[in-house]
Amino acid sequence: MADEQIQEPLEASARQERSKRLRAYWLRVIGALVGLVVVAVVINVFAKGTFLAWGNIVQVLRQISYNCIMGVGQTFVIITAGIDLSIGSLVSLTGVVMALFANAMHFGGLPLVVATLAVGIAVGALAGYVNALPVVRLNLPPFITTLAMMMIAVGLSYKISHGRPIPLQSGAFQGIGIGAFLGGLTRAMHVHDIPNPVIWMIVIVAVGSILLTKTRFGRYVFALGGNEEAARLAGVNVRRIKTLVYVISGVCAGIVGFLYMALFSSGSPQTGTGDEMLEAIAAVVVGGTSLMGGRGSIVGTFFGALLIGMLYNVMNLLNVESYTQKIVLGAVILLAVVLDETRKRYLAKT
Amino acid sequence: MRGIGKSFPGVRALDDVSLQLYAGEVLALVGENGAGKSTLMKILAGAQPADTGRIFVDGSAVRIDTPGAAERLGIGMIYQEFNLVPALNAVENIVLGNEPHHGIFLDERAARERASAVLVELGIALPLDVETARLSVAQQQMIEIAKVLSKRARIVVMDEPSAALSERETDRLFDIIARLRARGVGIVYISHRMEELPRVADRITVLRDGHAIETRVAKEFPADDIIRAMVGRRLDAHFPELPPVAAGAPVALSVRNLARPPAVNGVSFEVRSGEIVGFSGLVGAGRTEILRAISGADVPLHGEVDVGGQRVRVLQPSDGIAAGIAFITEDRKSQGLVLGMTVRENITLAHVGEFVGRDLLVNRAKETQATNHFIAELRIRTPSPEQLVRNLSGGNQQKVVLAKWLLGHARVFLFDEPTRGIDVGSKAEIYNLMISLARNGAGIVMVSSDLPEILGMSHRVCVVRGGAIVREFLRGEATPDAVIAAATGAA
Repeated sequence: MADEQIQEPLEASARQERSKRLRAYWLRVIGALVGLVVVAVVINVFAKGTFLAWGNIVQVLRQISYNCIMGVGQTFVIITAGIDLSIGSLVSLTGVVMALFANAMHFGGLPLVVATLAVGIAVGALAGYVNALPVVRLNLPPFITTLAMMMIAVGLSYKISHGRPIPLQSGAFQGIGIGAFLGGLTRAMHVHDIPNPVIWMIVIVAVGSILLTKTRFGRYVFALGGNEEAARLAGVNVRRIKTLVYVISGVCAGIVGFLYMALFSSGSPQTGTGDEMLEAIAAVVVGGTSLMGGRGSIVGTFFGALLIGMLYNVMNLLNVESYTQKIVLGAVILLAVVLDETRKRYLAKT
Repeated sequence: MRGIGKSFPGVRALDDVSLQLYAGEVLALVGENGAGKSTLMKILAGAQPADTGRIFVDGSAVRIDTPGAAERLGIGMIYQEFNLVPALNAVENIVLGNEPHHGIFLDERAARERASAVLVELGIALPLDVETARLSVAQQQMIEIAKVLSKRARIVVMDEPSAALSERETDRLFDIIARLRARGVGIVYISHRMEELPRVADRITVLRDGHAIETRVAKEFPADDIIRAMVGRRLDAHFPELPPVAAGAPVALSVRNLARPPAVNGVSFEVRSGEIVGFSGLVGAGRTEILRAISGADVPLHGEVDVGGQRVRVLQPSDGIAAGIAFITEDRKSQGLVLGMTVRENITLAHVGEFVGRDLLVNRAKETQATNHFIAELRIRTPSPEQLVRNLSGGNQQKVVLAKWLLGHARVFLFDEPTRGIDVGSKAEIYNLMISLARNGAGIVMVSSDLPEILGMSHRVCVVRGGAIVREFLRGEATPDAVIAAATGAA
């Protein structure tokens, strides 16, 4: 067979197709960025220059970091056509457990911080594992199993904390929650501090994105979300992959629990039980991940979280009262998803 | 339909196609995949708009821009993938969207009467109260036909209706078609099966590359001419020559007392290296289930499987793959492919591990290289390895599935209906591929409902009935009559 003759143009066309896709991708990113900048400048004028202040931008990034980290875990779950409703309450459960653990230890400093984080991650991972068990063993819908976990985790965290926040006795955590990353350096350079949670977010988005797009595990996540039976018959260990995505989601919740606990210097059963879970899911969906599974990205989730965070911020700067904020937010989420779907249909036609 | 044209990005799917269908006739529409049959029928059904051309029903020009408009004009479609609600029973499916009612309440008795009237007219006996999901494919198809007729369809389009049916069920289908024809219904019958055309069709139209090439009365259109019109060149032999199995060739696959009741009940057979064994039988005889139990898709209750003389324990598909068993499933879309992934991602799916570098990341360049090799070798028609599999034609999708299994080091290949629903050209390529696998020492099991294919492509034929092998024929002994007799229990 004339392999070489066919191979050559094939590779060329593969390159072409890839560069076409890459170009489409960057066009989208640049388009989104240009749009963002224009909107931001307009808003900035209305907000009398407060919106584009560096301090405000950093503030928005800090505010979205918690939901964005939860969104990273959630993205994995949703690409497998699942959902994890328990993440918000796992934030409170891990926070309470970590606070109790830290207060019971007789050592301090960095070892305490690391050990406490490890406990939070372990609790989150365990809860994720329990979430996945009925899903992979009995084929139950994750909506129900994680809903049950949500209630159980909330109940547990109230019970073991007796309904009250547990103040941290050690001062070792203070820097992590509200401190700045390499604060000495940023101050020496006379730029605004970068809060630690922002760095956590950046690292987790980067690691999550590589895991999803560049590894065998990530490939299997997409495959089983796209066609579970085909993936299984191709030898993919569907149970293991599904279990792992819920574990990842739980771990992300544990990290957020840790960051909130450090921020408030206490583990509270109320943290994370508000709209956090829904906003994290909203960030994932606004970011272009399909609830039907098989399609999505973590970078998209970051931008989804950013959009939601900016909206809140703008409305605060413009003194929109909080009830109206919710209405606007809901409308914008709907609009974003409708626009994305319209764009996809348009692209599919041309 | 007159002068129909339709373009998709980069493809001229239909170019000035005209078609006439008379009341009470069966017009067979044949052509390779991608010839434009489906597109033409989708336009008739209002599922897609035409770019040019007009459609006339009973002599007057009509506009068909929605499926509802087609239905009102008496045009009924029976797609290959049925549009039935699996949880509803036959009656509920037949009247779906058209339920008789008293005010806001459903009139179940009237629904039942209407459904049975249609079924009686067609001479169909069906359990009416059973969930559709639990009925056989043939029974589901009959519900589809009844559903279309209950809406007073005068034009019925059937897309490969016999593809999933056994010989006997196909006979039943032809009886029903004869009744429809007698009632003055015009039928467009899309098919890949040459041998059934003279039985069922009055006239035959061949489509190729979006053009209507030729229309003739069926009696005056021999299979050779049809195939020549379809491919635009003459295919010399329908099946390539089988190389003989070397004397003393080692046993590639040995299966003993394999059981997974109720579908598989004690199956024993051997396949030697370089041998192709054909599994024939009626739909529901348990052929697919036997392959599933060997490959680990289902876990067998008991039985022993040896690959290359080594006992293997297969409890899940990954065990089968590790043991060197490749299972090429019958249903590409639901079991063989992830349609939303690219050609590259599908081909490497079962062996991604081999492309993982020391950095634990998947090496995309190596994947692309391997994919290009298969695109060239199997002549997969795709603009690039990064094309989504969804956008390929059926034959090319099947080649992607094959490439996925060729990529590994399998010694045993289990093919389940390898050429169902694909065009003549791709079929020949798949036969050649099976032969080159056999030449290289693989053992091959091929399940097929296409009798000529079984007879033409097997060294040995095993006939399956009731989940067990009831007869075995050597190549020379297998005749169509004998195989059918064994399959139906007549012998």
